[in-house]
Amino acid sequence: MSETTVHGGVSTDSSLRRRLAEFWYYFSENRGAVIGLVFFLLLVLVAILAPWIAPHGPADQYRDAVLLPPVWQERGNASYLLGTDAVGRDILSRLIYGARYSLFIGVIVTSIALVGGIVIGVVAGYFRGWVDTLIMRLMDIILAFPSLLLALVLVAVLGPGLINAMIAIALVFQPHFVRLTRAAVMSEKTRDYVIASKVAGASHLRLMFKTILPNCTAPLIVQATLSFSNAILDAAALGFLGYGAQPPTPEWGTMLADAREFISSGQWWVVTLPGVAILVTVLAINLVGDGLRDALDPKLKRS
Amino acid sequence: MNTYKKLIAATALAVLAGGMTMGAASAKTFVYCSEASPEGFDPGLYTGGNTFDASAHTVYNRLLEFKPGTTEPIPGLAESWEISDDGLQYTFKLRKGVKFQTTDFFTPTRDLNADDVIFSYERQWKADHPWNKYVTGTSWEYFAGMGLPELLQSIEKVDDMTVKFTLKRREAPFLANVAMPFASIMSKEYADKLQADGAMNQLNQKPLGTGPFAFVGYQQDAVIRYKANPDYWGGKQKIDDLVFAITTDASVRYQKLKAGECHLMPYPNPSDVASMKADPNLKVAEQEGLNVAYFAYNTTQAPFDKVEVRKALNMAINKQAIVDGVFQGLATPAKNPIPPTMWSYDEATVDDKYDPEAAKKMLEEAGVKDLTLKVWAMPVARPYMVNARRAAELIQSDFQKVGVKVEIVSYEWAEYLDKSKDKNRDGAVILGWTGDNGDPDNFLDTLLGCDAVGGNNRAQWCNKEFDELVTKAKETTDVAERTALYKQAQAVFKKEAPWATLDHSLSVVPMRKGVEGFHQSPLGDFAFDGVDIVE
Amino acid sequence: MLKFFVGRVAVMFLTFVGVSIIAFSFIRLLPGDPVALLSGERVMSPERHAALMHDLGFDRPIVIQYFDYLWGVLRGDFGTSIVTKQPVLDQFFQLFPATLELSVCAILFAVIIGIPAGVFAAIKRGSFFDQAIMGTALIGFSMPIFWWGLLLIMLVSNTLQWTPVSGRISLMFFFPPVTGFMLIDSLLSGETGAFKSAVSHLILPTIVLGTIPLAVIARQTRSAMLEVLSEDYVRTARAKGLGPLRVIGVHALRNAMIPVVTTIGLQVGVMLAGAILTETIFSWPGIGKWMVDSVSRRDYAVIQGALLIIAATIMIVNLVVDLLYGLINPRIRH
Repeated sequence: MSETTVHGGVSTDSSLRRRLAEFWYYFSENRGAVIGLVFFLLLVLVAILAPWIAPHGPADQYRDAVLLPPVWQERGNASYLLGTDAVGRDILSRLIYGARYSLFIGVIVTSIALVGGIVIGVVAGYFRGWVDTLIMRLMDIILAFPSLLLALVLVAVLGPGLINAMIAIALVFQPHFVRLTRAAVMSEKTRDYVIASKVAGASHLRLMFKTILPNCTAPLIVQATLSFSNAILDAAALGFLGYGAQPPTPEWGTMLADAREFISSGQWWVVTLPGVAILVTVLAINLVGDGLRDALDPKLKRS
Repeated sequence: MNTYKKLIAATALAVLAGGMTMGAASAKTFVYCSEASPEGFDPGLYTGGNTFDASAHTVYNRLLEFKPGTTEPIPGLAESWEISDDGLQYTFKLRKGVKFQTTDFFTPTRDLNADDVIFSYERQWKADHPWNKYVTGTSWEYFAGMGLPELLQSIEKVDDMTVKFTLKRREAPFLANVAMPFASIMSKEYADKLQADGAMNQLNQKPLGTGPFAFVGYQQDAVIRYKANPDYWGGKQKIDDLVFAITTDASVRYQKLKAGECHLMPYPNPSDVASMKADPNLKVAEQEGLNVAYFAYNTTQAPFDKVEVRKALNMAINKQAIVDGVFQGLATPAKNPIPPTMWSYDEATVDDKYDPEAAKKMLEEAGVKDLTLKVWAMPVARPYMVNARRAAELIQSDFQKVGVKVEIVSYEWAEYLDKSKDKNRDGAVILGWTGDNGDPDNFLDTLLGCDAVGGNNRAQWCNKEFDELVTKAKETTDVAERTALYKQAQAVFKKEAPWATLDHSLSVVPMRKGVEGFHQSPLGDFAFDGVDIVE
Repeated sequence: MLKFFVGRVAVMFLTFVGVSIIAFSFIRLLPGDPVALLSGERVMSPERHAALMHDLGFDRPIVIQYFDYLWGVLRGDFGTSIVTKQPVLDQFFQLFPATLELSVCAILFAVIIGIPAGVFAAIKRGSFFDQAIMGTALIGFSMPIFWWGLLLIMLVSNTLQWTPVSGRISLMFFFPPVTGFMLIDSLLSGETGAFKSAVSHLILPTIVLGTIPLAVIARQTRSAMLEVLSEDYVRTARAKGLGPLRVIGVHALRNAMIPVVTTIGLQVGVMLAGAILTETIFSWPGIGKWMVDSVSRRDYAVIQGALLIIAATIMIVNLVVDLLYGLINPRIRH
């Protein structure tokens, strides 16, 4: 395995900038990734600005405008661009607010899983011995269950709700980060620069987090993007099964669960639109993820 | 070698079965797209309506039956009955020559007699009965729920065809109880055989009774099959085979009905009903259900202990919006705690008018400011409330208009039922009730009596006047007298407003055009005796 | 190899015990007790409640309950459903063939389309086809399958009326299950149209469940192919003048399949997770729907038992995949 990134205890500003520039060069070569990134940034913007750009409140009910189709269809109404749902709420506004929930879910779940995973993984990989064995067996146990099933049962235990769903998903995602970090730490630990700083008398903590960790960020970043999109999907699935966010929260999966009764009555927009929102968001993040992987993984870069 | 033999045997079996089906292809098969898997096939053990449909209403009969389409008890396996003057002794004369079903798992050698009746009751009643705990976690839900263990003094066999029940106190609703699914009459002969074979739990898996349809087989979570019982005492059915196709999703049921894959389905999505009515191949039967959905305040906690506050909040709820938004119009706003199809329903009751302005004023006068209220929304769809969360959202926005903030809470169903019973519960609960036997006592006393506080009485409401009226009515056998008492009780209820009565849902049954002879049951049962398909 | 195998099995057993502890304690943590649900809206008296808790053994010390349970499991007794009062293992075996049949079809669907698509994309690297295939694969990979299922029902079943909406076979057909696999049983039954009916019921669920594995396999095949194609021996083979089909078919594909096989093995867990959603949408009487129903009915015993059985299944499959991997990849020496 060849390494193009520069190893060293200290990285000067110029080398960091050079690495960033190099990274951006490879990333921007990937057209899909750039499109994904642009869309993702747009979505972040929409989420932040939701109260200002949404035409209606997400929970406002217009009793005289129930189940209106989108504006371009017969009976459509210009003040409800994408139509309304069964209690007369504007679907566009709910989708816009829903972006907040999905991004929030992605960020929180990924952060918990990432931070927790790194700490546990570094500890396991650095200390080895019984600590390692115990941690890895625990991770094996979590991995022995299908992730969604485990999350489902966990949420049933914790009680249905968005926060609990996020905790459950983060827990289920944990082992991937632990394994990655541990493997990276174990392979880095025996390298010269680590041994050198150990000889120089660096503390365990410093060795683990300052010296070793920065050199195994690439796979973690790739895994984090993957978790980000998976978290959104799994949270939506739990919402769909009735164990995630609870109505009237405009979370996309929950909206879909509520819309299920309309699949045969011709109100296609209630069913279709939240799903499109989930798909497009997840797709954008995965595009970015692919771009990141190509730009960060020197091995694939060559091929 | 072994596998090879097995395969041959399997193929032979399959060919045989195939031949059987081919022969039956011309038979009349009625397919019912049922809404859930049955919990089991012993109606005594369960409370789910779909479980009763799959057992009590197909395979079994009871001493009395509800007249199809009503809640009036009529003779069933008992040809006639007598009540002693003190109202404590009920003597049932059994019908002669009633045959149990002959199936590939059991062939009966004798007709129905008093032993079967006594067995069917005592297994649920006597803790030392060999069948009292015949499967892990046996519990006789309805038998206990209807208070029979405390009510029954004795059940005696007078002769082979006569059974006498003695009660500890006068109880007018007893006759209705006898017609309920849990009181289905089993074959003691069959039970004895299972016991001898050490296969007692088969009673819950392969039911055998006197009913119009005999059990053929159950493929878990998919299909239940029955065939018409040729020896049925009421005559053989017009259809030959009855199939329950278990289809949990309402939209999917509709698709199957439309495609002709089933003949009849329960519980359509309200949003689909309009297009069902427009479909020339379908017809839709409607009936007011024997149910009520309510919004119960905790009347022991300030400020909801004040009648004016409860009244004001009731006036702030737009019931019509719930009927439209949740049921798509397939329900009626409720003004009484009992449904309009039930005898003693008080037509004269005047409902609280929807008037947010007046409600706001009343709240101010009552000195209530910045009120925050938790609204409990059920996590599951029930016939009386198909989408409690949506109803809660509607109430939330209604209350906002009168300056009351609402926080919607929900728990998992078992927890919801449990926590909402708590006397110190915070907030108002959306819940409801479907009648068990058509007696007003089953609503008024069960849900609002003082004994039910901390239990079914979710409003924690104990009103002396109301309680006395209801208790008196229970001990009276004269229906006119009871009616008068129940009407007074309804007036007290309306004045005191422990609940906001939300709606009575319409029970809507879509079916293929050719289906004839189906009686909609006010109790929400789906029974198929007398049904025919005319193409 | 044998040492490796024994070691793995030992670790697996330990993990299994851990899994049983987790599954067991989860269930004790579930809010709302199992007994309360039996009576629905009707209230149960505290005495009756206590009696039932006692009958079901929920009133004993938790550690005793656990060892009792573990002892039962080791003897093949995974508990009895609280609702249906049937042994959990019996129910599992009744429902598992449905899930297995669906999963196998989904994997076949994924492999048959995914591998050629990936190979093709790799050969035509950078072309329009490559981009189109990989774009589609990424969409598939990002698909919320529960919505995908609804969408397909709405379009294919409702609007076009090409496929039935739910279930495994038309109710017209009634034959006793021989293998539990509807495709095989329908053929054995000898009834005309039965097999066709079974197939038509399988199409949509297969597509829905197979979508994500298809995307994963296509992507994995492409990158494995790319890697192999750039290796020396392939270049040598090309230089020797071997035809492109021979190079790709014999040399490249065989080596590229090693990571792909692993990927397919790893899809088993993914399949079971997907089955939860797919089976719910299509009313498919399998393990996934059973789990969702049991969670909502609070059937403690079933959740607990099924978690264990499913975890054990996945662990065994993973072990087999690892062993296979060792066999087909001579470079790995344990």
